Amino acid sequence: MLKTLGSFVLFLRGMVTRTERFSVLWTRTIDEAILIGVDSILIVSIVSAFIGAVTCVQIAYNLTNPLIPQSTIGYMVREMTILELAPTITSIVLAGKVGSSIAGGLGTMRITEQVSALEVMGINSTSYLVLPRIIAALLMFPLLVILAMGLSILGGYLAGTLTGVMTAQDYIEGIRTDFIPYNIVFALIKAVVFAFLVSGISSFKGYYTTGGALEVGAASTGAVTNSIIAILVADFALAALLL
Amino acid sequence: MIEVSNIEKSFDGTPVLKGISCVFETGKCNLLLGGSGTGKSVLLQCIVGLMKPDIGSITFDGTVYTNSKIDIRQEIRRKIGMLFQGSALFDSMTVAQNVEFPLQMLTPEMTPEERRERVEFCLKRVGLEQAGDKMPAEISGGMKKRVGIARAIAPHCTYLFCDEPNSGLDPATSIKIDELIREITHEYGITTVIVTHDMNSVIEIGEHIIFLHQGKKLWDGTKEEVLNAEVPELQEFIFSSALVRAAKKVDDESVGGLAALTESVNHGGGI
Repeated sequence: MLKTLGSFVLFLRGMVTRTERFSVLWTRTIDEAILIGVDSILIVSIVSAFIGAVTCVQIAYNLTNPLIPQSTIGYMVREMTILELAPTITSIVLAGKVGSSIAGGLGTMRITEQVSALEVMGINSTSYLVLPRIIAALLMFPLLVILAMGLSILGGYLAGTLTGVMTAQDYIEGIRTDFIPYNIVFALIKAVVFAFLVSGISSFKGYYTTGGALEVGAASTGAVTNSIIAILVADFALAALLL
Repeated sequence: MIEVSNIEKSFDGTPVLKGISCVFETGKCNLLLGGSGTGKSVLLQCIVGLMKPDIGSITFDGTVYTNSKIDIRQEIRRKIGMLFQGSALFDSMTVAQNVEFPLQMLTPEMTPEERRERVEFCLKRVGLEQAGDKMPAEISGGMKKRVGIARAIAPHCTYLFCDEPNSGLDPATSIKIDELIREITHEYGITTVIVTHDMNSVIEIGEHIIFLHQGKKLWDGTKEEVLNAEVPELQEFIFSSALVRAAKKVDDESVGGLAALTESVNHGGGI
């Protein structure tokens, strides 16, 4: 465990020493941002809209006390979405989509000697291959989380009003009640931390793949599993530290 | 010229290279010959810097590479072109982009127009001027090797390393790849090191041959000398080749088989 952690730190250090030219880094980061961010919009949108909808319907199902106002449903959807569901579930979804893609891509490059080809050319392969992925993830995860927040709340609104469990007025009143702007900041901090964990762990697993196609699959699986565990541990730690 | 001096390398306590010293001559095709698991590829990886030897030094034209500062190592690496066993083309790029890649990364002073001209020249040189827009997945194994050679020579490399350039190729394509490597070596006067266990390559392009066995250098010499070398392990290796064995059988039964082969070798390859 400690050996792996040490290797991970050395891996990150190697990435930021002898970096490639800014123009190269910029181009690579934009390419990766498209793969990580733009290509994930659909899945994040679908997942977050349905999570908002399901949250709204299930809270309504549980709130049967006539003394509790219906607007509480909107309030709870907003709080759950912003604090937990949007950053954490979105990051877990991205760990599956982006994490496996990063680990699989780097693992394939490693076993087909493409990484060695870069090294022989005198190019710092971690700086060229990994740093843009991590920067792109750090930029894209918060944007996707903001999108997820909006769509979750919208999903809750549509589910609540279309199924008739509450009125649009109650829902809107609920989501405007006792709003704490810091919660948004907290969610974005979580998104940045999760972005680093997913991209860093997946890159590490992929970059050090040895063997053949079977090991590339194992690296992808390991990347997703380890990323999700890291997200959950970090989620708890950040909640304990920052709330 | 590349000088390798007393290189040793072990993995988990198992020695793979046991004090290898040799010289790779400029303007020649230097062959690292030996069976599987004799340490050829490990030695090649130590020379190009993908692996660090435990002991020993490697010198490129008088500049010590091992344990030198990163700037010096980088400078030498930028003069190295390498053809990998599996070609190692970047599969997200077209053939032309693969050849252009080292130019983009290593020679930022070149204009896009200059780079395009160089890419066209290199692709033409390896006979692939029509394949620039194809993806690596769309071309044959032999073409991939040629693209690998074009990518290696694009930034005007001084040292060309080829790791089993004929692996996975049919005999006719192998000969074409061998001929291309020999032509490029002589044309540009570069130092070429080829890892192989293919006797056809020895006969075709081997100008200076270094024979490795169980992590040690047992013999080095020219291809004219190799058939008559008095090293049992080398003899065993050479005559495990069906072609050479057949030539020897003809020789034993009548006259001329091995003699004809030797004669052919002495007159510059082409069997």
